[in-house]
Amino acid sequence: MLVIGELINGMYQNVGKAIKTKDKSIIQKLAKDQTKAGASMLDVNTGPASAQPKDAIKWLVETIQEVVDTPLALDSTKADVIEEGLKLVKGKAMINSTSADDDKLNTLIPMAKKYNAQLIGLAMDKKGIPRDRNQRSELALKIVSACMEQGFPLEDLYIDPVVLPVNVAQAQGVEVLESIREFKLLSDPSPKTVVGLSNVSQGTKNRSLINRTFLIMAVGYGLTGAIVDPLDKELMDGLITAELLLNKNIYCDSYLDAYKKK
Amino acid sequence: MAVDLLKEKWQNKVGTITIGATKAEGGTRASTVTVGGQSTLPFMFGEGDMPNKPVIAMEIFDIIPEEWPATLKEPFKDVMNDPAKWAKKCVDEHKAELICIKLQGTHFDFGNRSDADAAAAVNAVLEAVSVPLIILGTGDEEKDNKVLAKVSEVSKGQKCLIGDATDKNYKTLAASCLADGHSIIAESPIDINIAKQVNILISDMGLPQERIAINPTIGALGYGMEYAYSIMERARLAALNGDKMLSMPFVCFVGQEAWRAKEAKGPQSEHEDWGPESTRGPLWEFMTATCMLQAGGDILIMRHPKAVEETRKYIANLMK
Repeated sequence: MLVIGELINGMYQNVGKAIKTKDKSIIQKLAKDQTKAGASMLDVNTGPASAQPKDAIKWLVETIQEVVDTPLALDSTKADVIEEGLKLVKGKAMINSTSADDDKLNTLIPMAKKYNAQLIGLAMDKKGIPRDRNQRSELALKIVSACMEQGFPLEDLYIDPVVLPVNVAQAQGVEVLESIREFKLLSDPSPKTVVGLSNVSQGTKNRSLINRTFLIMAVGYGLTGAIVDPLDKELMDGLITAELLLNKNIYCDSYLDAYKKK
Repeated sequence: MAVDLLKEKWQNKVGTITIGATKAEGGTRASTVTVGGQSTLPFMFGEGDMPNKPVIAMEIFDIIPEEWPATLKEPFKDVMNDPAKWAKKCVDEHKAELICIKLQGTHFDFGNRSDADAAAAVNAVLEAVSVPLIILGTGDEEKDNKVLAKVSEVSKGQKCLIGDATDKNYKTLAASCLADGHSIIAESPIDINIAKQVNILISDMGLPQERIAINPTIGALGYGMEYAYSIMERARLAALNGDKMLSMPFVCFVGQEAWRAKEAKGPQSEHEDWGPESTRGPLWEFMTATCMLQAGGDILIMRHPKAVEETRKYIANLMK
């Protein structure tokens, strides 16, 4: 499972402030803590408020890479902001994300190829959020086809079925889960799948419990990646245990400890 | 129609372990032995690399092993009373790449020799030969903790491989190895879950992964060999898929297990149609060794010179 740590996001007050005041210590602590907790990749998002997102992402990438070599997922709606980050990234990075719109696909797939990066494709387009599993599969197929046409390796592609909050779109949960299973049938090799998990509990009173339960269900449906808060220990322990029960890792009494030694 | 063979692509490698230290490295060995590092299942050169060949350590005792069958005693009958001479014969005449000394004499049932006696035997072997050393206790927890701590101390800096640690008794030995610069053998009873657990426990003591070797416990031909094979294969697949806590090289006690089989040691006088035990015994050990190599064995601990010779040829052929 690709665990992408979500905490370096300008949307969070402490990170937004750190970006503004160029306070490296906050960012570097988040990078180290998330890595130690089991994140195999760190999401980097300058946040919507950033006045100069290009400068901000450059500073974030450099600041993080000073203390960890965990790969980075560059998270922005603007392609030129992502590219600034890609230029500085040392390891194999990830682009988060393209939608199924032609203009996005035609910009971001070539960019991912150029920088040998992985790519997240959101199963949505300008018309908005998909209403069911069929529409999700249709949009996913469009992304997969575009990657195939442009010679982008499908093992580097993650499709995100777009998770919605349970308190406003309760019927979408099962549609997302079924989509995870259906995406596997789109191609051979099949694209990988990723979810932005925390969205499922947006605005609810039991965020951690809802996140954890949904993640474990999604793992059962074959999910291969998730953008999560890795400092949520119960979430991580639940995830590790779910993968263990699916026979992805070999059991031993200290299996939770063993996972972190990878 | 051209057929493309399906090839596995592995993400990770087996770890390596280096035994022995030369003068420059603080020891007195003429050379060192490194095993492991494979990025493929055994001998699948089309799918990955096998940078280090499997090696054979010849096993000697600190006392005369009275219970060994005549076939096994015969080649060493003039040296068995002196571990230093025994070791030297293994290296000079039988080209042993490593010597494995089992301190059997420290066991209560085999003379109850002291830790000082054991240390003297180890020192004598270190002086007699210049190949790296593997040192074994007897499995008696209390005595091993005393004896192995002492021999670890006197061989400090030689980067020996010392065993065995188990999930119930690992702390003393791990601490000794850590303090004196040795590596450790982590033993589990043909059980992959315990193998992983004991590796984690030892790692948590601070011993780095490249100083741990796995003794998965094996069975000889006819005595659970295929079960041992399947456990080793499963661990190796996990290692190649990224499980660091199962990615250490394997040590296989081929000689010990093969010579327990009645088919190896039973005299022809009792089993008329089995043929002479002088051929049958070494053959049993050799056949067990070949299977362990195919299962991923990195260090084979063996006893009979003929079995050692054949196994060495077999390894050379596979590595071509």
